[in-house]
Amino acid sequence: MSTQTSTPSKETTSDVGAAPKRSRGPTSGTALTVLTWFLALTFFFPIFWMVVTGFKNESDAYTETPKLFFAPTLSQFNNVLDKAAPFAVNSLVATTASTILVVLLAVPAAYALSIRPVKKTQDVLFFFISTKMLPLVAVIVPLYVIIGQIGALDNIWVMIVLYTAMNLPIAVWMMRSFLLEIPGEVLEAAAMDGAGLAKMWRHVMIPMTAPGIAATALICVIFAWNEFFFAVNLTASASSTVPVYLVGFIASQGLYFAQLSAAATLASLPVVIAGWIAQKQLVRGLSMGAIK
Amino acid sequence: MTATAEAPAARGSSAATQQQSGSDKKQSASREGWVRRAPLLPALIFAIIVTQVPFLFTLYYSLQSWNLVRPGSRSFVGFDNYIAVFGDRVFREAALNTILITGGCVLISLLIGLGLALLLDRPFPGRGLARTLLITPFLVMPVAGALLWKTTMFDPTFGIVNFVLGPFGGGDIDWLSTYPLAAIIIALVWQWTPFMMLLLLAGLQSQDRSSLEAAAVDGAGPFQMFVSITLPHMRRYIELSVLLGAIYIVNTFDHIYMMTSGGPGTASANLPFYIYQRAFLGFDIGEAAAMGVVVVVGTIIVATFALRVIFKSFTQETS
Amino acid sequence: MSALAACGGAGTWGSGSADQIVVAIVTNSQMTDAISLSDKFEADNPDISLRFVALSENEARAKITASVATDGGEFDVVMISNYETPMWAENGWLVNLQPYAEQTEGYDPDDFIPTVRESLSYKDDLYSVPFYGESSFLVYRKDLFKKAGLKMPAKPTWPQVQDFAKQLDDPEKGLAGICLRGLAGWGEVLAPLDTVINTFGGRWFDQDWNATLDSPESKEAINFYIDTVRQYGTPGAAQASFAECATQYTQGNAAMWYDATSMVGTVESKEDSKVVGKNGYVQAPVKETDHSGWLYSWSLGIPETSENPEAAWKFLSWMTNKEYMKLVGNEIGWASVPPGSRLSTYEIPEYAKAAKAFAKPTLTAMKNADQDDPTVDPVPYVGIQFVRIPEFQDLGTRVGQQMSAAIAGQITTEEAIAQSQAYAEAVGKTYQEDN
Repeated sequence: MSTQTSTPSKETTSDVGAAPKRSRGPTSGTALTVLTWFLALTFFFPIFWMVVTGFKNESDAYTETPKLFFAPTLSQFNNVLDKAAPFAVNSLVATTASTILVVLLAVPAAYALSIRPVKKTQDVLFFFISTKMLPLVAVIVPLYVIIGQIGALDNIWVMIVLYTAMNLPIAVWMMRSFLLEIPGEVLEAAAMDGAGLAKMWRHVMIPMTAPGIAATALICVIFAWNEFFFAVNLTASASSTVPVYLVGFIASQGLYFAQLSAAATLASLPVVIAGWIAQKQLVRGLSMGAIK
Repeated sequence: MTATAEAPAARGSSAATQQQSGSDKKQSASREGWVRRAPLLPALIFAIIVTQVPFLFTLYYSLQSWNLVRPGSRSFVGFDNYIAVFGDRVFREAALNTILITGGCVLISLLIGLGLALLLDRPFPGRGLARTLLITPFLVMPVAGALLWKTTMFDPTFGIVNFVLGPFGGGDIDWLSTYPLAAIIIALVWQWTPFMMLLLLAGLQSQDRSSLEAAAVDGAGPFQMFVSITLPHMRRYIELSVLLGAIYIVNTFDHIYMMTSGGPGTASANLPFYIYQRAFLGFDIGEAAAMGVVVVVGTIIVATFALRVIFKSFTQETS
Repeated sequence: MSALAACGGAGTWGSGSADQIVVAIVTNSQMTDAISLSDKFEADNPDISLRFVALSENEARAKITASVATDGGEFDVVMISNYETPMWAENGWLVNLQPYAEQTEGYDPDDFIPTVRESLSYKDDLYSVPFYGESSFLVYRKDLFKKAGLKMPAKPTWPQVQDFAKQLDDPEKGLAGICLRGLAGWGEVLAPLDTVINTFGGRWFDQDWNATLDSPESKEAINFYIDTVRQYGTPGAAQASFAECATQYTQGNAAMWYDATSMVGTVESKEDSKVVGKNGYVQAPVKETDHSGWLYSWSLGIPETSENPEAAWKFLSWMTNKEYMKLVGNEIGWASVPPGSRLSTYEIPEYAKAAKAFAKPTLTAMKNADQDDPTVDPVPYVGIQFVRIPEFQDLGTRVGQQMSAAIAGQITTEEAIAQSQAYAEAVGKTYQEDN
């Protein structure tokens, strides 16, 4: 639709993309840099505050003038680690298992929608993304009733199944985009060398899409770890995940800001670190494979 | 970098099917079809069972009057629930809130995200670090973020926001009671701006530098270049960001549950939250199911239009 | 299916040979105290391991009700109240605890305060046992009253209380005249509001199940409550539940607080409260009636679906027997002992001493709280601060939302009353049809 004639440029996420030189002098450059940094710090401030507050005593956290200097303590973090351990284990299990399951299901499916596509590829793709768009709230009631009737409420396997279903569309779309990037010549060359399907997978497709699988896994991990709606409604105690643990802080009695901050920090830490390390993969995943 | 090319149709299998005759060809063609389908089936069947079957049940429940805590009250009532739903003022308010929250959040985070992407599209000291800082709000667990905004930021007495606004005379506002929607939108914008920024930044960085340089040489100012070269190029990315963002934000539940519980009253309830309330706090299964169906139908209508745009975006060949 | 059920999650792994009991409770201070003391129970009962699910009131009720009503079987012990117990007992959802109570040595179910015990019984059998009971009363800062030259009468009326609030309200100093709940929820804002409606002469339904929330008396009461909160209440009142008001009052930000008698555990707690020893307690303010305190008991019951009723009863009885009261008193503090459930608690010398300021007002309030006759004019329902019909969870939630919105100024009181009346009429109709 656009009338550009530009050819696709080289890899984009490197920081080296040279911007055209501004014709104005260095002062506007400095001003922009300052502005950028100001905005970056402002956006980051609530997180900074969260981490700092996690080190406070409750009385230091409830001051009308926010305290920046105080005697730090690890007691909140210790407290939280104690209490949140079983929740963290559940989150870990649900996230890992569902991500593995998703990759196992999505890679073959993506293969069948890209390299060796079925006839109704477009329809199938449409179906997958439509499941992503349908509101969860429309199915929570029957899910609750049915799962209750088979006695499987508060069960980690139910969560694993649901998280797999939740991430499957994204994974299929993403893996498809990665598989499509494998140059046709490479596949044909391997075929001509007499490679069967298994060999093709082991020696060509998986190595070439390994970063893609990693990116897919990253996105699935993020969404599964942070998932709240199903967790809060379908678990009670045995299989509750970290987001459910945080619910306990609503309307808590007494003073709890510092402990809450410590809990929020620890809860977010895994995904934040993963996202920091894998920023490039993040873009790919968030756009469901459309944007590199 | 543009989206992926169209699926190369017959890669790897053309050689195999070339040398066959007549009915053999039909047989092996259908077998070929199954060979191709096989890897797809596990994922497809899984998705159908877990997502479509429950929805059929929702349809079934929506035709019943069923209050969970009054046993024996379950009975078939046809479309009564739907009539009640459309007559419920709170349902209409929740629908309006959903539109306000989604529209407001998407628009604001898009604009701020675009601004940030433009700022990050140039080299400056500490660029990588600034970018890392800026994407963090999106990585923080949404439930945790919502809790933080509710307590350490928006608390009327001890929160940062009122502290910062104090010198400007606004230090007394009880955000969650007086401006619940605004508070929720602020928290959501904080979380989603990095999402927009990342996608738009990728779009900016995929611009063809040579045409920009050529324009600069021709004497075009930065604003002109932005309007006539950058924006058209960005159109696809903007569309994609808006649509993907809207898909997620329309289903916002975490923030409303954690920050306001839909309150005060039902002032900040959106459709997902209101349906949750009717089902799990009000125990009116029939009505909640009917609402669910109505929301799905609404989503399908909007989505059909939206999906066409996404499809163009995803499967467009690079021109 | 049983294999699936067996590996349910981190909570069920490593439970080894112990019976695991899942306990769903509400996060009030007395309950969190119980959680902190529960390792003593586990030490005494090595074959039982406990798992707590603690949520705030609205969320806890939602989860527990959904689970019990659908036979979900997630919990072995549930914290319910005198609202749910008789109805759920009738539905066959709860285990009859009378035989357990009678056969457990030293448990002495007759020691429970009579009004509370009756409210948790169905056909004379206990179906849940009280953890603590409460009525409502008014706490006020004796020091602030003295400074302002005001005197609180022994039996205050609401107009008097509103006047006190007006005189003491000092927003510049961050002092609210009175803290009243405003959070939406049938157990939140509606609890105090209903008692005000009752004592002003209003009621939810008349004898023919016509909804009467818009009767002149009801309207006057609702307007009174909402105006008082708006003008002399604490900031953020529309989000204020018991917990928020507790924080405000104990941190010195309110001159009075009308709420549950169980507040004493927090208000007189040396660790959390800045106003220990400065408080006076009086009966719930009245207008047309002699008493207006509510009657409420958080109680523990066992759902019929529990697979370990014996073990569940062991825990339940531990948490509600006479020794537990002494345990709390010694380990945590005498002001934190669960109040309003056992008469013998008030005989313990240390407790009598620590509770001197509030023991008598608490007991008096509870003795006078009559669920069967709460209003000026007769009503077809039981309940002081609630209407004991199954639909009330829903009706009360929706009306509570309207009231909370009015407190926040999102809608006018008129609109709130009109919409609430509409909701109530819809429910009343189903009862009229029954009759």
